[in-house]
Amino acid sequence: MPTSTGSSDADLGDQLAGRVRAASAEQAALRIVGGDSKAWYGRQTGGEVLDISGHRGVVAYEPSELVITARAGTPVIEIEALLARHGQTLAFEPPVFAAVSTIGGAVAAGLAGPARPFAGAVRDFVLGVRVLDGRGRSLRFGGTVFKNVAGFDAFRLMAGAMGCLGVLLEASLRVTPAPVALIALTFEVDWPAARSRLAPLMRRPLPVTGACHDGQRLHLRLCGPEAGVKLAARDLGGEEERPAFWDGVRHMTHGLLAAPRLWRLSVPQSAEIAHLDGRWFWDWGGAQAWLVTDEPAERVRALAAGAGGHATLFRGAEPGEAVFTPLAAPLLALHRRLKHAFDPQGVLNPGRMYEGL
Amino acid sequence: MLDQFDDRLDPTFATADRDELIARLRSVLPADRLITKVEGMRVYESDGLAAYRGLPGVVALPDNTAEVCAVLKICAALGTPVVARGAGTGLSGGALPFPGCLLLGLARFNRILGLDLDARTARVQPGVRNLAISEAVAPHGLFYAPDPSSQLACSIGGNVAENAGGVHCLKYGLTVHNIQGLQMVTMGGEVLRIGGEALDAPGFDFMALMTGSEGLLGVITEVTVKLLPAPAHAQVLLAAFDDVRRAGQAVAAIIAAGIVPAALEMMDNLALRAAERHVHAGYPVDAAAILLCEIDGAVEDVAAGLARVSVLCEAAGASKVRLARDEDERKRFWAGRKGAFPAMGRMAPDYYCIDGTIPRRRLADVLVEIQRLSVAHGLAVANVFHAGDGNLHPLILYDASAPGEMERAETLGGAILELCVFVGGTITGEHGVGREKINQMCVQFSEAEIETFAAIKAAFDPAGLLNPGKAIPTLARCAEFGAMHVHRGELAFAHLDRL
Repeated sequence: MPTSTGSSDADLGDQLAGRVRAASAEQAALRIVGGDSKAWYGRQTGGEVLDISGHRGVVAYEPSELVITARAGTPVIEIEALLARHGQTLAFEPPVFAAVSTIGGAVAAGLAGPARPFAGAVRDFVLGVRVLDGRGRSLRFGGTVFKNVAGFDAFRLMAGAMGCLGVLLEASLRVTPAPVALIALTFEVDWPAARSRLAPLMRRPLPVTGACHDGQRLHLRLCGPEAGVKLAARDLGGEEERPAFWDGVRHMTHGLLAAPRLWRLSVPQSAEIAHLDGRWFWDWGGAQAWLVTDEPAERVRALAAGAGGHATLFRGAEPGEAVFTPLAAPLLALHRRLKHAFDPQGVLNPGRMYEGL
Repeated sequence: MLDQFDDRLDPTFATADRDELIARLRSVLPADRLITKVEGMRVYESDGLAAYRGLPGVVALPDNTAEVCAVLKICAALGTPVVARGAGTGLSGGALPFPGCLLLGLARFNRILGLDLDARTARVQPGVRNLAISEAVAPHGLFYAPDPSSQLACSIGGNVAENAGGVHCLKYGLTVHNIQGLQMVTMGGEVLRIGGEALDAPGFDFMALMTGSEGLLGVITEVTVKLLPAPAHAQVLLAAFDDVRRAGQAVAAIIAAGIVPAALEMMDNLALRAAERHVHAGYPVDAAAILLCEIDGAVEDVAAGLARVSVLCEAAGASKVRLARDEDERKRFWAGRKGAFPAMGRMAPDYYCIDGTIPRRRLADVLVEIQRLSVAHGLAVANVFHAGDGNLHPLILYDASAPGEMERAETLGGAILELCVFVGGTITGEHGVGREKINQMCVQFSEAEIETFAAIKAAFDPAGLLNPGKAIPTLARCAEFGAMHVHRGELAFAHLDRL
């Protein structure tokens, strides 16, 4: 069983549990930190730092089981390098903002890359977790097998929960074989034309794993078995470009994705979006828009809601400014009760998602 | 037997006044959609796990969300437990009536509400049959991927409640991966929309929590499902083996080679003989086990993939490998697999279907151990597996009319599930815990984990009225079951490596 043998591997589970228990007893907030490379994401939260980056190492990896189990502090790039040696990948393509970015942070933030509409969300690949709840109890939900419906899916719930429901100690992730062939194509069309072309295209069984528009051009990524990819490329036309273009999309270094104040709109692919002044980058075949605009937050949120989706002030929120779309009262109440179920003293990343949560 | 609820080990409720309940229900439902006579309620006394039976207090058949709200508010006010039911095809007793409960039948919610071809989604009511969705969207070249064997009859609401799987999960995922939004009604009668038409929603992932929640958190009244483009081409390969171990090795080799079959299924001799007699699929009846491996995609890739699978099967020691001659034979191969459960009716008066998942590499060990348990308990076991994802369906053959045989089948089933946990797997891959596996939850989860599940339930349903006695055991039950059982479980598998 290949596992990482880094000399820095360490199991700090007991130590971290002690810290959470103490914080719970004192009702003192903790700010959970891995690589701290996404500190700008979500609302600012105070509290003493709970650093999980030392809790690291691959616990189990069996390529033929298509699953890897790693401690939360393990850097994403180390995991991806190990997988690559066995011809496997993380299909949800988490953005990596720094070399120290951890797998725990990737799961907690729940951000998926350009393959999201084709391969699935982060939570779709989470098979199990070990977490510390707000009382410092070590709990295991899910497991290491793909089909598992015993108990509520508390493990999938941790993806995107921003550490508000538990301190991730370990995650078991489903991995996928790396695609044999990869071709990147680009087309000189504006967004409205690209959009009307994408909808019928995405109803066809093509090996598309990326479809974005950077404001000037449509970009398509084809991944999969050789023949299907070549056939699709011939059929679709356009010009071939460097596949590395997609790394810039995934890791958000491309053009306006690196902007200091950036909105993310998640909308139905079929939605008509009213005009709004700003620079747009469409991804996920039109189901996710990145927007740089001077328009007030209320207008952006109203626009996304009007299209049947929601808007996140992804980067650059002022202190105290809302980041995620406010929840309707009954849903917010349910969020609070769920938070209480996992973290009765409210010590885990309080307020990172919503005030009072 | 577990269809008996136990006041000491299961939730209890103050006895509600049934006449008062019926009187109030009459004010919100027409008379023909309220069943109060015993003969009318018989149809609802069990689900697909027919060995477990019980009568509800009353059956309500609402046909719109407002009626569901009204009914739930009445039950909440009177403290009456509620068991929701779709098509009743579930295999874990999830829809088994709780004594005195209101059985909420959702079969009338049977309309497809809308189709968004550009977003590739369909909005459907929970009573819509699984297969009806794929049939409705087939003209547009789309399909709904999860395909449980019961897909002709089972309803999408039940699929969401159980997080149903099927033979194509390996490539296309379970229900949780293929739905995007829900409308649900809480026990308090509040209508919530979670998820939505976009690919994600703000806040915690309630879609993940609701999927597979077995009717404990809310009543689903609408589902937005994802639709996928139908593959250009699909072909299936059949490999026969003289030894189940070799078949298990072939499965591991195929997955390790980076091949992603659309389906990878295994049947042992007893199962394939029964299926062959049932549907004349053309299976080699002398084989110890067969694998069915389907690959879909572009024609050339399907051919290339199956050529590799063929080589891997031969290397693992297959005695025969062949492709389905034509589409007709491909369908017959699958009809045999999907008909394997009902085919057991030809082998024994009754069968009991188990549903554990194990790490693929333990397949051979587990098969041998199941065989040992089968002999020890004196009941034959046929094996049908979603081998690609390690999901086992041992079918225990018994005769319910023979004294004690049902109880023995139940005990053997429990032992197989504990074996699955022991080797690092789970007690249920796709059928749900329901009533059936309530005790084995205590084997798989710690007290603190069970407590957390109970707290999640309480966050949605503080009085615990939704589907009580299912899915999440009480700590009292675990204390009792643990005391008499877990240590024995440890001893029982002492001859096996744990992981």
